[in-house]
Amino acid sequence: MKCKTSPEVGGMGHSIKRKEDARFLQGKGQYTDDFKFPGMLHMKILRSPFAYAKILSIDSSAAMELEGVVAVVTGETLKEYNLHWMPTLMSDTQMVLPTDTVMYQAQEVAAVIATDPYIAADALELIEVEYDPMDPVINPHTALEADKPVLRPDKEGQTNNHIWHWETGDREATDKIFDEAEVVVKQDIYIPRIHVASIETCGCIANFDKINEHLTVHMTTQAPHAIRTVLALVAGHVGLSEEKIRVISPDIGGGFGGKVPVYPGYVIATAASVLIGKPVKWIEDRSENLQADSFARDYHMTGEIAATKDGKMKALRIKTLADHGYTDAAANPSKFPAGMFSVCTGSYEFENAFTEMDAVYTNKAPGGVAYRCSFRVTEAVHAIERMVDVLAQEVGMDPAELRLKNFIQPEQMPYKTPLGWEYDSGDYPMTFKKALDKIGYDELRKEQAEKRAKGEFMGIGISTFTEIVGAGPSKDFDILGIKMFDSAEIRVHPTGKAIARFGTKSQGQGHETTYAQIIAEELGLPATHIQVEEGDTDTAPYGLGTYASRSTPTAGAAAAMAARKLRDKARKIAAYLLEVSEEDLEWEPGKFFVKGAPEKSKTIQDIAFAAYTNHPQGMEAGFEATHYYDPPNLTFPYGAYICVVDIDKGTGEIKIRRFLAIDDCGNIINPMIVEGQVHGGLTMGLAPAMYEELIYDDEGNILTGTFMDYLVPTAVETPAWETDKTITPSPHHPIGAKGIGESATVGAPPAIANAVVDALAHLGVKHVDIPVTAPKVWQILKEKGVAEA
Amino acid sequence: MSKQTITITVNGEAYTEEVEPRMLLVHFIREKINLTGTHIGCDSTSCGACTILMDGKSIKSCTMFAVQANGKHLTTIEGVAQNGQYHPLQEGFKEEHGLQCGFCTPGMIMRAMELLEKNPNPTEEEIRWGISGNLCRCTGYVNIVKAVQYAAKKMEEAKQGKGALNEV
Repeated sequence: MKCKTSPEVGGMGHSIKRKEDARFLQGKGQYTDDFKFPGMLHMKILRSPFAYAKILSIDSSAAMELEGVVAVVTGETLKEYNLHWMPTLMSDTQMVLPTDTVMYQAQEVAAVIATDPYIAADALELIEVEYDPMDPVINPHTALEADKPVLRPDKEGQTNNHIWHWETGDREATDKIFDEAEVVVKQDIYIPRIHVASIETCGCIANFDKINEHLTVHMTTQAPHAIRTVLALVAGHVGLSEEKIRVISPDIGGGFGGKVPVYPGYVIATAASVLIGKPVKWIEDRSENLQADSFARDYHMTGEIAATKDGKMKALRIKTLADHGYTDAAANPSKFPAGMFSVCTGSYEFENAFTEMDAVYTNKAPGGVAYRCSFRVTEAVHAIERMVDVLAQEVGMDPAELRLKNFIQPEQMPYKTPLGWEYDSGDYPMTFKKALDKIGYDELRKEQAEKRAKGEFMGIGISTFTEIVGAGPSKDFDILGIKMFDSAEIRVHPTGKAIARFGTKSQGQGHETTYAQIIAEELGLPATHIQVEEGDTDTAPYGLGTYASRSTPTAGAAAAMAARKLRDKARKIAAYLLEVSEEDLEWEPGKFFVKGAPEKSKTIQDIAFAAYTNHPQGMEAGFEATHYYDPPNLTFPYGAYICVVDIDKGTGEIKIRRFLAIDDCGNIINPMIVEGQVHGGLTMGLAPAMYEELIYDDEGNILTGTFMDYLVPTAVETPAWETDKTITPSPHHPIGAKGIGESATVGAPPAIANAVVDALAHLGVKHVDIPVTAPKVWQILKEKGVAEA
Repeated sequence: MSKQTITITVNGEAYTEEVEPRMLLVHFIREKINLTGTHIGCDSTSCGACTILMDGKSIKSCTMFAVQANGKHLTTIEGVAQNGQYHPLQEGFKEEHGLQCGFCTPGMIMRAMELLEKNPNPTEEEIRWGISGNLCRCTGYVNIVKAVQYAAKKMEEAKQGKGALNEV
């Protein structure tokens, strides 16, 4: 990719170093727990030891007697203000604090407010709660059986644990293709429950100023504006009016979707601050974070492909059972209870497809949409990429050849899928062939054959996926009714320096650097002269936040559009200054010059100064622009990943020998930052593929609720990722850029799972659920009689 | 709980404070003396975000009481840049894009500092094992390894009197 701007300007395509690094490298980041305010109190939460139990009584008298304890908040306290329940993004309801029943282990039961966090923790021990435990519903497959308790009798008309049924596609036409197909493959695939586990946990400081009736909340949120509106809607009756609520999302230590939802802790701290009139800080521990905050995945899927004997895919059917925990708090756009799962036809041409999904309640923590999933695309991609390999095995074709045979071709773009999405662009064969060449695919297959002959286990796994990011067009996409646009506001100062604010919120993705680069590209102002801010709802334009890789597609587009408005005004000012007509001017990054007389020019800095000192009569003074961008479509980045594994016959240990990831996210703003996103994303693909899982026992006890056994990969487990790129711009995006942040996490797990199955395929192994662990593989080797003693 | 008076030297400055014996060192650093670069990422000594140097040795400050550090010399991330110049590790993390959200960064740098002190020219595998007590959720570690390699090279050059460090 050729850069249009100089390195000094640092527009699109330059790997400029990050503006945010200086403070982080010197311990001067400002994360939520770093803030202190006069009179600040500390909150700790008492949590349920049971998955499902009646609360008979809560006695907080001993806790209240402890010196330093200011208040104990219970469900009864909040009930007085009708704040003991809150709405979820999926129009369900979630308890803030219970008044009679707990629904999952680690659920919030009461909160202590004290002068010191150690005292607050002491006080938790003094609260006596009497429980009457009940048999919980843990297995989603049996959640609908008649003898199971109805977990949500509070919901009108709820007679079982079914939440919703959702269908996409043409059932009859798809069934017909299946009925007539030469080959049908079918496979159950489970994608386990995992957790984002950002290194910074969730927390907030709610600070209600009683005199001015003004609330400020510093909090770990990926969507501060939406939070402000939710607070106003939910707590307007206790005097919280939107113009008097300021949500500040400061530096965030990673989000990954785990900081999108509203957690009870935020609400309790806010309620406590409003009641007490002092700042209340709540910072959760790691185990609370893992056990109670939004989980990801937990989809039980049955995939089917109908095809010809020679491997032409005809139709796809997927049936899914989703375990949502005790409430549907999945962070989805409101019309998409299963997110973008219907992108599951992937990179392939199908005549038709049909998916149906059912969601059920269980006695587990709520969540579902998190962990770089792009609204359930991780699940969709895992399903299709595993199923393609299942089909390849069935028809006896190489999985690479099968993919090449079925890809949507570049000339078919924009391509309408049978499930309704219109892919914007992509050249799948080109990118995949580049990957095959680069990894030396044919030689690897030869090596594999030789190793097999010697009784060794080597596997090659492929994932050629299509993402869907940048939600989204207002016609279909909203969060609680608020359309999913995003925004940019650029103000250029008289001296040619600028401040730009956005409706998104970085959690490490480098927005402070890359947004400045977009503006630098459009205006020719050096990126170093453009200060980028996000996260303060008093100052930043309204936006829907950062998740699902939507920042570049939405606010990135808004940045370019706002800059173009400025350029339009700049042209008028330049024409006035140069005493020529606008049509006589040409633009090159950083200046307008007179056609045929390039020595007659005005730089963008000259123009900015003139906008304040010598603006044309009749024109508004100043030099600023705002744009709220409603995207016409989503963007569809894609990738071709290949993983090579070696399996130890003695232990079942899987060693990733190589992992090559070629991503295509269209035009690239900052290649260094994109590569960093891919590295991190790949590691978050490795993690659920091989290590991480939130496991519950039959009683609903969470067995992997701390970092002792929730296995976040270290540098030792993580392979040295190999990355590369191709560039297929998005035609509808103002700068041709697509989102990228989640691609690798979406694309990597099936490459790893496919590699492991491929290593064992000649033994008759057709599928292994992730995480593929050494004990699981060793068990297979043992059953097949090939484990080395 | 009776408090004890302790004196801890942090980044060259002596702090005398009254603390409860149960106060964790990481809370002393963050809450008592307001050096909030040292972070808390877990409750089981797993993540290493709270790593600092105590008398030159990297420790997880969440797993030590402040009273145990009485009389000791600590270095935290705030004390790493010297005379307005980045330490080679800070420079390496910036140049090689070894950080994203920045939350693991202080601990990662403090750990790498001792690693390079003991092993000035580590292999990639030695670096990976060397930082295996520090979790990062953003970078996938690739660029952290490169950052440590960058710093090792820079420090070696500095020893030979070549190369200059960048200003903060």
